Amino acid sequence: MIWDLHCHLSGVSGRTPDERMAQLIEFANRMGIERICVYMGMHWSSDPKPEDFRQQNDEVIQALSHWHHRAFGFAYLNPKYVKESLAELDRCVRDGPMVGVKLWTAHRCSASELDSIVERAADMKAVIFQHTWFKVEGNLGNESTPLDMAALAGRHPNVPLICGHTGGDWEKGIRAIRPHKNVSVDLAGFDPTAGVTEMALRELGAERIIYGSDAGGRSFASQLGKVFGADIPESARKLILGENLRRMILPILKLKGVSL
Amino acid sequence: MTGLIDVNVTLSRWPFRRLRGDETSALVNKLREHHVVQAWAGTFDGLLHKDISSANARLAEECHAHGRGILLPFGSINPTLPDWEEDLRRCHEVHKMRGIRLHPNYHGYRLGEPIFAKLLAAAADRGLIVQLAVLMEDKRTQHPLLQIAPVDLGPLPELIKQKPGIRLVLLNSLQVIRGDLLLRLVANEQVFFETACLEGLGGIGKLIEQIYARKLLFGSHAPLFYFESALLKLKESVLDESTRKAISAENARRLVL
Repeated sequence: MIWDLHCHLSGVSGRTPDERMAQLIEFANRMGIERICVYMGMHWSSDPKPEDFRQQNDEVIQALSHWHHRAFGFAYLNPKYVKESLAELDRCVRDGPMVGVKLWTAHRCSASELDSIVERAADMKAVIFQHTWFKVEGNLGNESTPLDMAALAGRHPNVPLICGHTGGDWEKGIRAIRPHKNVSVDLAGFDPTAGVTEMALRELGAERIIYGSDAGGRSFASQLGKVFGADIPESARKLILGENLRRMILPILKLKGVSL
Repeated sequence: MTGLIDVNVTLSRWPFRRLRGDETSALVNKLREHHVVQAWAGTFDGLLHKDISSANARLAEECHAHGRGILLPFGSINPTLPDWEEDLRRCHEVHKMRGIRLHPNYHGYRLGEPIFAKLLAAAADRGLIVQLAVLMEDKRTQHPLLQIAPVDLGPLPELIKQKPGIRLVLLNSLQVIRGDLLLRLVANEQVFFETACLEGLGGIGKLIEQIYARKLLFGSHAPLFYFESALLKLKESVLDESTRKAISAENARRLVL
């Protein structure tokens, strides 16, 4: 069973969300991926105003409309607009088809503005995904590092959180979130550098590692290679490829009355 | 699956991390497991060592000692070192290498400098394949004390036009080369690309809508990258059988003949 935590409509050919979703599914089929999580719309913005993130979420909801048996959607929010983000969370997750939250580079995730979003999402059992990077040349102005994620995780020790990209520079990223048992790492969206999965397993345990691709910017293939190429037990590989993500999503599906 | 030719593997130690395949025997086992019948091997020692003659000698020995001919050594040449011509001669005449590997960004010269044109000409005179590694790792994740930008390939299309005998394989280039530069390089029959850093959904299939499949070679960048990442790219793209065979091995086999 392979579930992909991290897919987008961008970088995929097609003029509409429906066309792009069909493309994603076609390639997922080729790679044996059963389910994918999709977030952010046709045209990205790193610091979206509410009308922008609403539109992007509408595009994802449209893309999901024929693929609820294969795909999940996460609501893209901007913590600079807390009131509007909470309303969007209600619209897309509580009252809509989405099951998670995507936070990107608009605001550092260590900021206090994240707290109410995390608390509301946790009440809904929504999966919370935060982009992170450690860039040696310096991050974007408000781009979170795994240390920001660690600060957030420390304030919400009972809420499961996902550290996007394992921080990119994974040897530092894994260390940064290691003490926080409520944080899992996303393997998506960085070069398939050998050793990442083995180190994550050694330092975090298999239950805290989740396969994702960052398709269409990345290929499913290059990112799956991090799991299929890793020198790890088969039991760990199964958890990483899908069982961990399934375990995180099941509670919200149960709340929504959705069975798999 | 028929045998693969991997044009982008590297022996010895990556300076910043131990790798599961950094013992040659382990790398060979991995390659054999995945039906690689030939791998073009450079050496990580060639990035930073100044005694590059001994690095190349060790590379040749390792390739000879392991894998019963599966590994073809591609020695490193650093044209900023005194008497680099002797290193080139040894690669060709002593070690019987089929090609060389260049790291202009680690060695500190630009492609517009005369020394690079001189090196290309010398390699062409000897009939050596030239591999040019555009980058070794994502610049965002490099060691803070060793930040190396990708090679600027801007001067290359014009330079190559003036060197009709050269066969140039660009390694780890396909996250960097885009648009007009890609088209100008593709237009030259002597330039080839490999798949290690190619990304995007169905990346190989998309690329061969832009460039002839005969220009593309299979490369993994193992052991720094998981070998399986390259292998799975062949599965992800919809390729007809002849195209798959060409990229997997035939293009490289034709080049090395």
